[in-house]
Amino acid sequence: MTSVLTRPTRERSSLTGILVKIVLLGIVDALAVFALFTLFMQQSWLVFGIALAVTLALNFIYLKPGLLPAKYLAPGIVFLAIFQIFVVLYSGYIAFTNYGDGHNSTKEDAVTAIIARSQERVPDSPAYGLTVLDQLGQVSFLVTDPDGEVFLGGQDRPLDEVTNAGTDGTGKADSLPGYTTLTFQDLISRQSEIASISVPLTDDPNDGALRTPDGSTAYLYTSTFVYDEQADTFTDTESGEVYTDGGNGSFVSADGTEIQPGWKIDVGFANFARAFGEEDIRGPLLGVVAWTFAFAILSVALTFALGLFLALVFNDWRMKGRRFYRVAIILPYAFPGFLSGLVWLGLFNQDFGFINQVLLFGADIPWLTHEWLAKASVLIVNLWLGFPYMFLICTGALQSIPDELTEAAKVDGARPWSVFRLIKFPLLLVSVAPLLIASFAYNFNNFNIIYMLTGGGPRNPEAGVDAGATDLLITLVYKVAFGSGTGRDYGLASAFAILIFIIVAVVSVIGFRQTKALEELN
Amino acid sequence: MTAETLMTAETAPRVIPLKRKLTPGRWFRETGWRHVVGIVVVAFAVFPLLYVLSASLNPTGTLVGSNALFRSIDFSNYVDLFNLPQQPFAAWFMNSIVIGLVTAVGTVFLGALAAYAFSRMRFTGRRVGLLSLLLVQMFPQLLGVVAIFLLLSAIGDIFPILGLGSQLGLILVYLGGALGVNTYLMYGFFNTVPVSIDEAAKIDGASHAQIFFTIILRLVAPILAVVGLLSFVATMSEFVVASVVLQEPARQTLAVGLYTFVSQETSKNWTMFAAGAVLSAIPVMALFLYLQKYIVGGLTAGSVK
Repeated sequence: MTSVLTRPTRERSSLTGILVKIVLLGIVDALAVFALFTLFMQQSWLVFGIALAVTLALNFIYLKPGLLPAKYLAPGIVFLAIFQIFVVLYSGYIAFTNYGDGHNSTKEDAVTAIIARSQERVPDSPAYGLTVLDQLGQVSFLVTDPDGEVFLGGQDRPLDEVTNAGTDGTGKADSLPGYTTLTFQDLISRQSEIASISVPLTDDPNDGALRTPDGSTAYLYTSTFVYDEQADTFTDTESGEVYTDGGNGSFVSADGTEIQPGWKIDVGFANFARAFGEEDIRGPLLGVVAWTFAFAILSVALTFALGLFLALVFNDWRMKGRRFYRVAIILPYAFPGFLSGLVWLGLFNQDFGFINQVLLFGADIPWLTHEWLAKASVLIVNLWLGFPYMFLICTGALQSIPDELTEAAKVDGARPWSVFRLIKFPLLLVSVAPLLIASFAYNFNNFNIIYMLTGGGPRNPEAGVDAGATDLLITLVYKVAFGSGTGRDYGLASAFAILIFIIVAVVSVIGFRQTKALEELN
Repeated sequence: MTAETLMTAETAPRVIPLKRKLTPGRWFRETGWRHVVGIVVVAFAVFPLLYVLSASLNPTGTLVGSNALFRSIDFSNYVDLFNLPQQPFAAWFMNSIVIGLVTAVGTVFLGALAAYAFSRMRFTGRRVGLLSLLLVQMFPQLLGVVAIFLLLSAIGDIFPILGLGSQLGLILVYLGGALGVNTYLMYGFFNTVPVSIDEAAKIDGASHAQIFFTIILRLVAPILAVVGLLSFVATMSEFVVASVVLQEPARQTLAVGLYTFVSQETSKNWTMFAAGAVLSAIPVMALFLYLQKYIVGGLTAGSVK
């Protein structure tokens, strides 16, 4: 009876289900076909093959009846595979290349870039009037030549004559329908982008290109380097010096001079050799590793000690106002993490901060710029951030310990300290130990607090990389890869990241074994 | 068990008369000192937050002026904050909220799908799958930030809409971390829902999708709220990947925007930053306190089974 009644509803909703499924799968397939087409045109065969396999697998999973687990797991796993697992493996690969500033593309790109970069202004060549235009983010040069004729061109787009340009009082073209003229403000903010553009004069690269130093006039530049494809060498037309492929991803001359940019090559263990071999990197790196451990261990120990202490203090039913204390204590945990570092940055400010000015009556303590004080400050802030969490989990764990156990111990004459030390603490440790390990792993990579508060500083002036007294490995990775001061070195940064992987993996394995032992004990 | 109950019953009458003779000294030894500890800790916990609030209401603008706590109440910082040409606070705020919400919803959805499969189905590779998730979650995404940067710049060549500088691309990256710890939390909670409910529904003719969407998801709503909130908070605070992917000021998130804001002019525009901090913290803290009960439950569910 029931089955007869429910069968129609089932079929109706299945129809909607099928429709939703077909539409979603259709969208995914449409995107996939587009991606496959583009990859095919770019001739990236490996990626094409993988994308094709994934698309086929998805269609198979969702069109074939059955395979239920796969239907539920596939979406999450696709994201996990691309943005976590692949990313990790790719980091591993980058660690074995010289990827970074000056080595971020293929050899062909490097050759083109060298030709473009070695362009020099033709002596005494005339100035061209220039207006920089923008169309959908693409920059174009609107050029008025000395004869008053107007041309339009861009990076890799040779000049082409235009007739419908608007001109200003001096006869210089300053606007073109369909394009936005960049204001002085825009020119300033996109300065480096505009300075790097070179617009070929004609289709023949030997004729040179137009470049601009200021955004309002352009000059003719020609290349001083000539590439000989047969011999795979560059020749400097001025000095006659010949540069050959030195095997290190760049062209070098006989006396060892390198031309920038180079290109990306596999360098084997060179990055690791640099990290552990070069004196000015090894020293700071070992210091950073030691501090990373110290920071993670001390952070867990301090927050756990305070959190447990508070949990014990407030775990007494006779005490009034426990709810109030509880809410007040978890406020730092609810406060967004990145803001905490910035707020404490103001509190700790040496000249104007609240701590020096008000709490210490105008003292002049360099909280964030002295090596050891900076370390202490970072730990204080992390204690502030982390103790509420420990308080919460310790309270939960304490309350889940049956009262009978403590009652029985009291009856047997145990004093409160013994009850805690011999009964409550071991039981509590069993349930919170995995969370302590997780907390260690989290603090090991606690980027935000360090970067927001001290930026890793104070910087070690002798280090060959931008490493400071409070730098964790992860902030070092970030600074080496994306830092402003020293140039980007993705290869070395990835080598450091691999180091973090190895350490975290070893610590987790040991940690989880340890907790398993704890569980078996009880 | 009975003996203990008897003991308490016996001791109880003796405790009550003692309680009546509560002297101040005795009160202090029993609960008074707890309040002293409580007040000290609350001062430590709440002071920085009060300081920011006070600074945000201070019209002087400077860091040194903010040291006079609550000397004046003025909302001009909040108004000025929305009129900065170089620092589009309103855009950062919206970006953070939108990216946070979409990531949270996506994370909950992907995580719930996986947790359902792990909890209700038996298939080859299930144990290995769970263990690998445990392993993968030890390695946070920010370790691969260099690779993420290069991957997105490569994706951008095919789908410019997902490449570097795209918020959608950033969300996709965040969804890569959707499984892992979340699946674990959810898996534990899904297991507490009796399988007999599924079976009853199956007998009534419900399909697996119907069971999942209309029955299970409703029963596990608390854990969905917890995972959603934790994911939202984590996304709001995420700096590393966001700072690398989003370069254009108007597309950045609060974490990236406010950091550059402060690092450029700490002491000069301090009170305006404080106003921004207060506004950014409000949604997160409100949600957090509102869902507090569930969160504490969720946190301990992970450990105390």
